[in-house]
Amino acid sequence: MEDKLIIGGQELESRLFIGTGKFSSHEIIPKVIAASGSQVITMALRRVNFSNEQDNVLNYIDKKCILLPNTSGARNAEEAVRIARIAREAGCGHWVKIEVISDNKYLLPDNYETIRATEILAKEGFVVLPYMSPDLMAAKRLEEAGAAAVMPLGAPIGTNRGLMTRELLRILIAEIKVPIIVDAGIGRPSQAAEAMEMGAAAVLVNTAIATAQDPVQTARAFSLAVQAGRMAFLSGPGAVQEYAVASSPLTGFLHK
Amino acid sequence: MQIRVNGSLETIPFSLSIKEYLLNKGLKPESVVIELNGQVVKREQWEKIVLKENDELEVLRFVGGG
Repeated sequence: MEDKLIIGGQELESRLFIGTGKFSSHEIIPKVIAASGSQVITMALRRVNFSNEQDNVLNYIDKKCILLPNTSGARNAEEAVRIARIAREAGCGHWVKIEVISDNKYLLPDNYETIRATEILAKEGFVVLPYMSPDLMAAKRLEEAGAAAVMPLGAPIGTNRGLMTRELLRILIAEIKVPIIVDAGIGRPSQAAEAMEMGAAAVLVNTAIATAQDPVQTARAFSLAVQAGRMAFLSGPGAVQEYAVASSPLTGFLHK
Repeated sequence: MQIRVNGSLETIPFSLSIKEYLLNKGLKPESVVIELNGQVVKREQWEKIVLKENDELEVLRFVGGG
């Protein structure tokens, strides 16, 4: 069965988005992208360090992929808007992941500033994917502001703790019309599968793959988990019962 | 003359275009993004724009991120 995700008018076959941070080297990134089957790849923009110059990470991302620059480092809407505009001018396309954070301990997003940035950038024609704390009213405002999808966190960035916000994610999935992409905190393929089984449209994974012992194989595992979770969501679970219900017929036993 | 590059003051010779500045720094121009006085400058303009006293230059690049 054909099951495509459409974001910003673009059809996507893969529901696994991946980030490019924390890898041991840039050289591994193309192998991870290939193993994941991912079509949407995230990166960040930073000042050049003249004493320790490195390659531009874009050189390691397949040209067929959709680039999703994030606005990490932005502490308010204005800074996020500035980063988004720079990325677009630099030829990154018009997709952007809004990330506005001023809390350095938990790196939790500032939903208010994120909504403001989304309003501005959606009007400028960006396909805006805001990273947010999973609050229903904030998600509705992001939707009204023109977000192409909403990206609530499963757990704080980089913690690999999984779907700590499970109940709030469930509400967002039920109530928000644009795709819900669970971003941050997913640490294991089983957690990605669970998010998909709950009805998330996609997941974004970075740390769990980048810091795995074998990132390429882990990327493949995440890809399969996301597909399995999606299939399970589409097919629907069987009924849950309080007491045992025999799977085999309770007639025709060998004894009398 | 002095310009501010990535937040730090720097002294450069006169008549240096953005492209010449980057090459002097040993950077591959195709690997960076430039913002001059708060405005993004397209790559094709880097040769034409000569840096002036008190200019504020941001030399940026894409890095791994999630």
